[in-house]
Amino acid sequence: MTLAELQRGFLDLLLDPSRDPGTAFDADGAAGLAVYRNAYGAQLVACLKDSYERLWAWLGDERFEAAAYHHVAGHPPASWTLGEYGIGFAETIAGLYPDDPEVAEIAALDWALRRAFDGPDASVLDPASLVAIDWDEAVLRFVPTLDLLPVHTNCGAIWTAIAGGETVPAAEHLPQPGWIRVWRVGLQPHFATIETEELAALQLATSGMSFARLCDRLAGEIGVEAAVEKAGQYLAVWLQDQMIAEIA
Amino acid sequence: MPPKTITPFQGFGLGLRIPHFQQYLSEPVPVDFVEIISENFMVAGGRPLHVLDQVRERWPIAMHGVSMSIGSADGVRADYLVRLKALADRVRPLWISDHLSWSRLEHVNSHDLLPLPLTDEALDTVCRNILHVQDVLERPLVLENPSTYLTFVDDQMTEWAFLAEMTRRTGCYLLLDVNNIYVSGANNGFDPYDYLAGVPADRVRQIHLAGHSQGRDRLIDTHDQPVSDPVWDLFARIYPRLGPVAAMIERDDNIPALDALLEELAIARRIAANVTAAAA
Repeated sequence: MTLAELQRGFLDLLLDPSRDPGTAFDADGAAGLAVYRNAYGAQLVACLKDSYERLWAWLGDERFEAAAYHHVAGHPPASWTLGEYGIGFAETIAGLYPDDPEVAEIAALDWALRRAFDGPDASVLDPASLVAIDWDEAVLRFVPTLDLLPVHTNCGAIWTAIAGGETVPAAEHLPQPGWIRVWRVGLQPHFATIETEELAALQLATSGMSFARLCDRLAGEIGVEAAVEKAGQYLAVWLQDQMIAEIA
Repeated sequence: MPPKTITPFQGFGLGLRIPHFQQYLSEPVPVDFVEIISENFMVAGGRPLHVLDQVRERWPIAMHGVSMSIGSADGVRADYLVRLKALADRVRPLWISDHLSWSRLEHVNSHDLLPLPLTDEALDTVCRNILHVQDVLERPLVLENPSTYLTFVDDQMTEWAFLAEMTRRTGCYLLLDVNNIYVSGANNGFDPYDYLAGVPADRVRQIHLAGHSQGRDRLIDTHDQPVSDPVWDLFARIYPRLGPVAAMIERDDNIPALDALLEELAIARRIAANVTAAAA
């Protein structure tokens, strides 16, 4: 047996606990293999618990671990880093809880905040520099950790209550679908629930469109006067929330 | 010309773990060096690198990895080495270590330190991979003996003979994990003192001391307990045979207060001083 064949066979044994150990191991090898089999699943589940801490709290140990082992069974890791193993777990959760959309949305929020935690660093625009900006040409550049999540439930309120050790509200649908923006300020990840109007402006701004063109697009939808007011409001909020890295 | 040797470092250290981050940033923690898990800092930015940049200004850093998979039959992943080299360029570590094991083949990565058969083919593969990694990283590699829970029918040599030949062929160095020797010996039926007698002591640059737990059928290298007495005894035996070496307590789970780890490190200092004095 070549080394490659042995290693391929060993991985098959880890991925399929029902597979017979065969003849590659010395006597009592099955007991040793059991240690590796247990460690494989346990480590990946621990990784998911670390990345999806609020989801774990929302589901409780039993339901979270059942979901995690279900995910592990169908998703052998490929990346060199365990840090990426959480990719796709929210989709697994959505499949397991189709009638409880808040579960997958809490998962997606956990994951977005985790990505923001060790995402790329960026400087934040000093509002004092605004006076020198040519607004006809200005393009907003956002911090690279900015992410946008669609939400239909009060997952943000649930997440915040769990994180703060407060009374956790019951899950409920939002009156209208909304969005959550996630980003990092300094070393601290943040999120905020936003309305569809801000999302539209943010999507335009993050597309690389100039701020002047963004105002024109808004004016086409809600009129010039309202567009100027809204664009100014959003710009002020984005600056205050330290989401803008530079205005070029 | 990249260095072909690693200058020894004499001292006693601890692993940098999240619960102790703040103390390392704000207190005069009495350690001579700090070891980091490389992969925890192979990230784009944020708090981990913020902490690391400050710690490296105060202590020498040893980089210790868990994902190189030096024993993979299909080689070491280039994307991993690029990221590892970038971190090393930032940290300027004493050295870069990983484990004599494998984790990945093709597109499946177990993220565990899986055992290698102790065969000529595995030795050839490991040496080929080490030489490649050393070329990419532009420095000698340091490899740690793993804890193992089984052996293979095709094994052709002892683990210490494997290590000796590996260091001879590649010029790499060793991180001797004394607890792993004890655990593997108990699980696989060899005498840990035979292991110590056979290991090439002149290649050892670092010592790991850790705790283990009794599983159902095997000792498990859990790193969640204090160092056991038999492991201290092994440390006392090997220490006088080594040159200047960096010794540390390795704790990864059930992590106690930093003071408790420093007390355990003081035991290592005392044993080292006693056996050194006795040997003089």
